[in-house]
Amino acid sequence: MTQTVRSPVPGPRSATDRHPSGDTRAGDPWRGFRGQGWRGSIDPRQFLQDNYTPYEGDASFLAGPTDRTTALWARMTALFPQERARGVHDIDTHTPASITGHAPGYIDRDAELIVGLQTDAPLRRAIMPNGGWRVVETSLRTYGYEVDPRVAEIFTKYRKTHNDGVFDAYTEEILAARRSHIITGLPDAYGRGRIIGDYRRVALYGTDRLVADKQLVKSSLDALPSSEDVIRDREELAEQIRALGELREMAASYGFDISGPAGTAQEAIQWLYFGYLAAVKEQNGAAMSLGRTSTFLDIYLQRDLDDGRIDESRAQELIDDFVIKLRIVRFLRTPEYDALFSGDPTWVTECIGGMGADGRTLVTRSSFRFLQTLHDLGPAPEPNLTVMWSPALPQGFKDFAARTSIDTSSIQYESDELMRPVTGDDTAIACCVSAMTLGRQMQFFGARVNLAKTLLYAINGGRDEKSGLQVAVPTAPVTGDLLDYDDVLAKLDVEMDWLARVYVDALNVIHYMHDKYAYERIEMALHDHPVHRTMAMGIAGLAVTADSLSAIRDARVTVVRDDTGLVVDYRIEGSYPAYGNNDDRVDDIAVGLVERFMEKIRRHRAYRGATHTQSVLTITSNVVYGKATGNTPDGRRSGEPFSPGANPMNGRDRHGWVASALSVAKLPYDQARDGISLTSNLVPTALGKTAAEQVENLTGILDGFFGAHGFHVNVNVLDRDTLLDAMEHPERYPQLTIRVSGYAVNFVRLTREQQLDVIHRTFHGSL
Amino acid sequence: MRRLPITPVRERHGGSRAELEAELAQEGDPEIGYYHSYEITGAVNGPGVRFTLFLSGCPLRCQYCENPDTWTMGDGRRVTTGRMVDEIAKYAAFVTTAHGGITVSGGEPMLQIRFLEALLRRCRHDLGLHTAVDTSGFLGDRATDEFLDLVDLFLLDIKSGDPDTYRLVTSADLAPTLRFARRLSDRGNRMWVRFVLVPGLTDAPENVEAVAAFVATLDGVDRVEVLPFHHLGAGKWAELGLPYQLGAHAPPSQELVERVEDRFRSHGLTVL
Repeated sequence: MTQTVRSPVPGPRSATDRHPSGDTRAGDPWRGFRGQGWRGSIDPRQFLQDNYTPYEGDASFLAGPTDRTTALWARMTALFPQERARGVHDIDTHTPASITGHAPGYIDRDAELIVGLQTDAPLRRAIMPNGGWRVVETSLRTYGYEVDPRVAEIFTKYRKTHNDGVFDAYTEEILAARRSHIITGLPDAYGRGRIIGDYRRVALYGTDRLVADKQLVKSSLDALPSSEDVIRDREELAEQIRALGELREMAASYGFDISGPAGTAQEAIQWLYFGYLAAVKEQNGAAMSLGRTSTFLDIYLQRDLDDGRIDESRAQELIDDFVIKLRIVRFLRTPEYDALFSGDPTWVTECIGGMGADGRTLVTRSSFRFLQTLHDLGPAPEPNLTVMWSPALPQGFKDFAARTSIDTSSIQYESDELMRPVTGDDTAIACCVSAMTLGRQMQFFGARVNLAKTLLYAINGGRDEKSGLQVAVPTAPVTGDLLDYDDVLAKLDVEMDWLARVYVDALNVIHYMHDKYAYERIEMALHDHPVHRTMAMGIAGLAVTADSLSAIRDARVTVVRDDTGLVVDYRIEGSYPAYGNNDDRVDDIAVGLVERFMEKIRRHRAYRGATHTQSVLTITSNVVYGKATGNTPDGRRSGEPFSPGANPMNGRDRHGWVASALSVAKLPYDQARDGISLTSNLVPTALGKTAAEQVENLTGILDGFFGAHGFHVNVNVLDRDTLLDAMEHPERYPQLTIRVSGYAVNFVRLTREQQLDVIHRTFHGSL
Repeated sequence: MRRLPITPVRERHGGSRAELEAELAQEGDPEIGYYHSYEITGAVNGPGVRFTLFLSGCPLRCQYCENPDTWTMGDGRRVTTGRMVDEIAKYAAFVTTAHGGITVSGGEPMLQIRFLEALLRRCRHDLGLHTAVDTSGFLGDRATDEFLDLVDLFLLDIKSGDPDTYRLVTSADLAPTLRFARRLSDRGNRMWVRFVLVPGLTDAPENVEAVAAFVATLDGVDRVEVLPFHHLGAGKWAELGLPYQLGAHAPPSQELVERVEDRFRSHGLTVL
């Protein structure tokens, strides 16, 4: 179709109409671009600000999928049922992953517009032993593969892994806390993730320029005395430079020379994707997020559209093809991992929309094109499309996002207004809710601690309510039968002190070893030096803990002890206000817990001078946490799941979605800068009778929620019957997507336990 | 369609005009109200997202009533105006942002008209909310002009166009509702008119035509909503030990709903 452009294009440009390769770039790749600041230094944000075209219109300009796209996607989806049934499609057991480790792979070489796979074939997973050999071995065994003895020998005899390093340095106290599940999900056996390379840099500058820049930084360190910190920086920079070279080499194996800047939209997407691909070839991070690329890429698409090089259909096709690649990123993980974060998530989080510091919207036509992929290719959990919501967003974009949510339940929303003042208008989300300034900031991921269990430890003087073992430092347990609010609160405070200390200690060990044995070379090569680091703690069980304290204060809670004096159950007489009803009496308790734990964490120095942050997020681990936690004073029974993230406990939010959301919105972002997650299920009719009414009301409640300083919300628009039917007949719902907590999953890929947890969640039939 | 024998609800369970008079006599303190519940709704009770308060007490006994547990005022929860306004205030910014406001429904909210008026005055003046009242209009004569000025939108249920059918459906007279509608029209109040479609009860073409023809003569009707009857309230009837007479009535087919909507449209009305 590019042969039918309206105005004739000069010779060299038409070269890109062919399947692109490095030698077909047209003239000056920066032709027509405005601004100077980004030319002299590596600054994609400045480039973006100088060159993007805000779009205030509606979705009517969009083109649907081409036949090529539909056919290519059908070819991929045909592989999914078998992958789902077996757990994996295929594994390359022989090649420890690296940027250049695998030969080029294709879905359909002649049909693909954007190329590159993690290994030499689609859905074939790589082994990434640097994080830990045990995970690799367990995964292979689980899926019925033989361990390659040569690889095993390397990683057990000659090459130490991150996992080995961590366990060399863990203390007895950390191990006990880990065993008792008061601290869980620590990234000590696999890649930590939550680091986003600024992959735009590859497209804008090409690898040569990025290498030159890093070399300059590295030589500037030569003047400093060789202290431990400086030595480490030099070594890391050397690794970054090496990784950029490998990136260039990997792209060359696909026939592309990415040493210079991309010259067309297709090249820009391809270059950017190669950057990302290098990262997911080498790192099995818990979350391998993409960043904020749509508006950046729009500059290239718009230039090609203006030049008549492409039309809308082609622009959409390029984005669709890119998104197909993002949908098939795969990592090899163990069933234990899956129990925590189920459904094979990769968190290829892409942030869309938002407002710029200068008041212009960052929405472009490509913001629409990314959302359109959910219509063109059907709903999907990945990439994790994240709309940066502001009441100031153009109405046309709000409406399209809302409509797409209603149709696909595949979008999450985060507050642009809360993040912009902190991390700027070039913020991207890693994983679910972790905000960071793209290319300038990285995170030491810290999973989360079990706050509800901490409360039980406080009552039992540091003994575990399930095992009876003394896990925490011994403290005075509750005496007498009736729980007293002030007494329990004072004991909880002591227990939280202990927990904060052990927790930060564990994370310092983990991240020291990860830097040492599984350093993210390519991702960090796409960051500025020095980088700003945060260390992200997290809490699970906030609602259970707040409700328990509310019960202790406002109802009459007496304890039940076993023969050893351990409190194992509670009797509750009377009622108490529950978190999730927009009732300050208990919402203030939840706010207090968040503030208190954050303050305690800050007292312990974090590795490499990182800034402490905290999240209220569980992903799907709320089920596992609940399983590991005994009876709680709010009436929750032993083993029952917690509510996900910052959600109120299921069924206790009795005044509908808005009341529940307003409770969550009270949690202070300033004390939880790593994000606060709310997951909502709305029955379609709750939003309105007609499609137009539903869109209007969904945009209305999003404006209302974010206006009330809410931070994040997952919006599922579906009813329980659909999910029940999907449990019975998974084959009929291959693409049914549901947002769980900061990410989305194919519902049919959840474990049965998690499916039931989702089904038992509150479905709001009215708002 | 076979007509099933249906009698007015009051005749079936002994509710009487005297009972209603007694309730009305109880009502009177603008600072005290009785309510059943409140919820935030986004679809059914006026434009946008709304704080919807269900007051208790109703003079009608509709065959298809979804909330028979709101019939008796004294069964509701007692609340002061100030306390209710405090609760509403927690949602004021949200519902206003979401293009909504407050809707008072019931029961029949105009049964407690002094409380209702005091409440809406504060919602309007203190909280700046858009106000709506969901009413049968049966007690419209009790409304003062000052009260009518406080209401941005009336959701007016005209449950039948034929007086006999109206009595069968509601156990009450149609005339007060028509009178109220005319008054709203004359004063320039805005209305959404609602008609509940029950096959075998309210779907007779002449009944529908009578409602449509009347509504077409009104000014200020921004939309007409045809609400398909459903059985969601039946469980509550059983809990309360009340004889539910519509058990054998199926919800209307999509085709019937469209036919009735078209009838309204043929009078130049906007149907949503």
